[in-house]
Amino acid sequence: MSTRVETDVAIIGAGPIGLFAVFELGLLDLKCHLVDILDRPGGQCTELYPEKPIYDIPGLPIVTGQDLTNRLLEQIKPFGAQFHFGEMAQALEKLPDGKWKLTTDAGTEIVAPVIVIAAGGGSFVPKRPPVPGIEAFENKGDGIGVHYAVRKMDTFRGKNVLIAGGGDSALDWTINLAPIAKSLTLVHHRDGFRAAQHSVNQMRELEKEGKVKFHVASVKQLHGDNGNLTGVTLSGADKKEWEHQTDAFLPFFGLTIKLGPIAEFGLNLHENLIPVDTARFESSTPGIFAIGDINAYPGKLKLILSGFHEAALMAQAAFHICKPNEKLRFQYTTSSSSLQKKLGVNA
Amino acid sequence: MKIVATDRVGKEHVVDGRDGWSVMEILRDAGLPIAAECGGACACATCHVYVEDGWYEKLSPPSDAEIDMLDMALAVEPGRSRLSCQIVCKDELDGIKVTVAPE
Repeated sequence: MSTRVETDVAIIGAGPIGLFAVFELGLLDLKCHLVDILDRPGGQCTELYPEKPIYDIPGLPIVTGQDLTNRLLEQIKPFGAQFHFGEMAQALEKLPDGKWKLTTDAGTEIVAPVIVIAAGGGSFVPKRPPVPGIEAFENKGDGIGVHYAVRKMDTFRGKNVLIAGGGDSALDWTINLAPIAKSLTLVHHRDGFRAAQHSVNQMRELEKEGKVKFHVASVKQLHGDNGNLTGVTLSGADKKEWEHQTDAFLPFFGLTIKLGPIAEFGLNLHENLIPVDTARFESSTPGIFAIGDINAYPGKLKLILSGFHEAALMAQAAFHICKPNEKLRFQYTTSSSSLQKKLGVNA
Repeated sequence: MKIVATDRVGKEHVVDGRDGWSVMEILRDAGLPIAAECGGACACATCHVYVEDGWYEKLSPPSDAEIDMLDMALAVEPGRSRLSCQIVCKDELDGIKVTVAPE
C-alpha cells in the first residue's frame, strides 16, 4: 500500500528537534509531515531515557525525556503535523519540478520542496547478537530463523522457539509464545532479569509447570544449511557448550542506532554527520536541511537546546524555498495577534 | 593514570585517564569505537567493555541500574562485563585493562 502526500516540509525524525521544527515552521504557515522508525514520538528521549531527568532545557529546571516530549507535542498541536510512525526514510529523489520525494520503507511518498533531517544518530534498529553468520538466518519466513520482533504470534504456533535476553520484550514474548509454541527455551547471561517483576514471576511459574525451559547461557553459534536454522550451540555459565535444536531464534537486546539509508542521500557525510552552514543549517544540497545531533559545524554541541536554535534558523530559510514570492514577516508570539491566532490562544 | 584498551580488531591503545572522568568518556574521546548512545546515562548498554586481568575485582561493584542495563548488552561475560560509563577514573585504576565488547 503506497500513499502519496504533498506538503511543505518533510521531517525525518520525530525526536525533540523534529518536533520543535514543526513549531517554528508552523509559525511561518509551513505544514509538515514527519517520518520516524519508532512507533512513537520522542526519539532518544523516549526510547533511551523516558524516566531520566534532563536539567539543561532553558526554563525547565528538571524535565524527563517523556515529559519534554509530551510538552513539545502540546506546543505543536495547533499546527496539525502528520506523523508516519514505524516507517524508515529510505530514499530521496529530486523531481523534475525541483521538489523532493521522500519514500519510506512502507511505501509512503512525501513530496515537499524542503526536507529536514532531524534524525539524531540515525535509525533505531534491533541489536544483532555478534554470532557468526547470523545475517544468513534472517528474513527466512514466518516462524522460522532469526526474528528481532514478533509481528504475528500465530506464526510461531507449533514451533520450537528460543528466546535470548532479560528485558521486558524477552520476558513478554516468552510468556506469550509459551502456550502456542511446541517448546519454548529462554536463555540469559544471568539468573536475574531487568524485566518487570510480575513478568519474571509469570515466567518462573511457566518454568515450574514445564512450559518454559530457562538456562543461564548464551548463543555461540547457529546451525543450518543455507540459512535454514536447525539449532544453536549454547554456552553455559561454566563455559560448557551444548547443542540445542530450534526452529526460531528471537534475540531481544533492545535497540541501537545505525545511520541507515541517510548515508545514501548524497549529503557529503563527514564521520556519519551532515555538514551544514550555520546561517541556514542547510546541507551541501539546497533544500535539504539537517538539525540536531545529526549535523556538524564548527563549534557544534550535541545539546537539545542547540537543536532548538537550529530549527528556528532552518525555518526562516525553508520559508523562502516554500514561498519564494512572499515576504517573511518576523514576529514575536508575545505581541503578534496573527501568531496567537495560529496558536489558538487569541489574547 | 593510564588505561590500556583493546579495540575490536585486537589493537591495543594506551590512553591517559583523567581523574573523575568515566572510562567511556576517555575511550570515546581517544577515538575508540564506543557508541555510548545515551551519553553516559547508563541507559543504552552501548559502552560495554570487558575488564581484563583481574581488574574487574578491583572496581566498585556495579550498581543495580548497571546490572539491569547489562541485560541489554550483547555478548555479556559474567565476571568481565561492565558499562564503561560507570567506571570512574582514579589513581588506583592506573593500568586498568579493558577490551571493547562486540557490537
